[in-house]
Amino acid sequence: MFDVNEIRKDFPILDRKVNGKPLVYLDNAATSQTPRQVIDVIVEYYQNYNANIHRGVHALSQEATDKYEQARIKIQKHFNAAKAHEIIFTSGTTHSINIVANGFSSLLKKGDEVLVSAMEHHSNIVPWQMLCERTGGLLKVIPMNQDGELLMDEYDKLLSDKTKLVFCNHISNALGTINPIEEIIEKAHGVGAAVLIDGAQAAPHIVADVQALDVDFYTISAHKVCGPTGAGMLYGKEELLTKLPPYQGGGEMIAEVTFEKTSYADLPHKFEAGTPNICGGIAFGAALDYMNSIGFDDIAKYEHELLEYATQKLLEIDKLKIYGTAKDKTSVISFNIEGVHPYDIGSILDKLGIAVRTGHHCAQPIMDFFNIPGTVRASFCFYNTKEEVDVLVEGVKRAKNMLL
Amino acid sequence: MQIQDIQEEIVDEFSMFEDWMQRYEYMIDLGKALPLIDEQYKTDDNIIKGCQSKVWVHAELEGDKLVFTADSDAIITKGIIAILIRAFSNQKPTDIIEANTDFIDEIGLKEHLSPTRANGLVSMIKQLKLYAVAYQTQLN
Repeated sequence: MFDVNEIRKDFPILDRKVNGKPLVYLDNAATSQTPRQVIDVIVEYYQNYNANIHRGVHALSQEATDKYEQARIKIQKHFNAAKAHEIIFTSGTTHSINIVANGFSSLLKKGDEVLVSAMEHHSNIVPWQMLCERTGGLLKVIPMNQDGELLMDEYDKLLSDKTKLVFCNHISNALGTINPIEEIIEKAHGVGAAVLIDGAQAAPHIVADVQALDVDFYTISAHKVCGPTGAGMLYGKEELLTKLPPYQGGGEMIAEVTFEKTSYADLPHKFEAGTPNICGGIAFGAALDYMNSIGFDDIAKYEHELLEYATQKLLEIDKLKIYGTAKDKTSVISFNIEGVHPYDIGSILDKLGIAVRTGHHCAQPIMDFFNIPGTVRASFCFYNTKEEVDVLVEGVKRAKNMLL
Repeated sequence: MQIQDIQEEIVDEFSMFEDWMQRYEYMIDLGKALPLIDEQYKTDDNIIKGCQSKVWVHAELEGDKLVFTADSDAIITKGIIAILIRAFSNQKPTDIIEANTDFIDEIGLKEHLSPTRANGLVSMIKQLKLYAVAYQTQLN
């Protein structure tokens, strides 16, 4: 039974005060908070079995290795990957994307085309621009409409036998739009292109089944799903991961090294050079356990209620405009008040103990599209309440009165 | 008036406020009253980098003194730059270069000094001082 008041007890940070006011944390799209169950796993790791993995013959090393590999299997099961070695531990989505972008440097030829959506995070634009600069590939953009929905007709027109790669986020961090990735993947495969879906924003709301989606690469960061920062995942189909060259050289990723030649280790170690974030990987697994114990169906239903309530309440404020009004969206509301800079609203909300994000949300092209300097973004998690939405709405009204 | 005296005057004004709201309201008023920069100087070259909002600053020598004008698209930021301009404008470049900025702390704007803070108060002070250095070189 979903009970938000019980759930809130799992998050010690939600009890703290900011500027003398109870914290209202609405910056969940930037990072989610960490429940006691995950914090306990982190503490236990450092208190009981901190050791380097995969190499040691001693007990601690074996324990740490077991827990780390168990976490990989948890992640594999969560995303329904066919094989555990298709899950590469990374430091987060940005790292994951860079592994793929770097890998394709040797596979992409001059004149090959790479498609990205108009609503990408900078981390899903810049690596591909760098890739195209290195290879002579051409970066093309799938446009969107005023509601923040991709224009699928335009996508159809952009696809051709020159298209080698398509990159799109599952959910936009700035607008909350849920993109039709099934269709995007199917059509890309129709012309023989590989697809990477950035699942950073989707992971806290939706469970992606990578086999059902038939997606080639899927990336997420642990800190978006109640896990720690500095840990994340790259899922890739075995066949493609085998084809891609390693990203970084170092220990752990080798099979045999002589000064003449090095042969690389098998998957997943080929992409996991050096000592990884062991504790982070284990805590990542624990975070998914925690989210699953609450249940993604209940989470989605509750967050949708919050989204509808907040949207309705915010729109009652005169001169307030919401950016990102797609039919399918998650609990993210980007907004501005006419004549007021988002930064000013954010500064005053902060004084009231309300944490929101202001600015371009690392998605400058979206802001350019709407011709605005940025937005105020409130993003809701399953531990937020309707009472907190009310505090936000009152805060925005107060800020507006002060600023206009 | 010397920079030090102006800073003390500002600190005195802010000490009358009882809470953050009154301070912010005052800053918003200062922002609204800021003498605006001539439109021709609102160029990309005059934008201070490192601010989430746009801040333009223009500097001009009048005799041996440096005069600043500025603008921002965010009103609180405008209030902050207005305070800085009040302290540093119409002063000799050497005095601007040597001036300390502890008064920012004393008027309760310390939080804006953190390098993570997106409004870039640090960048603004740096830019004003850079202008002073440049014009001092010219005067020499």
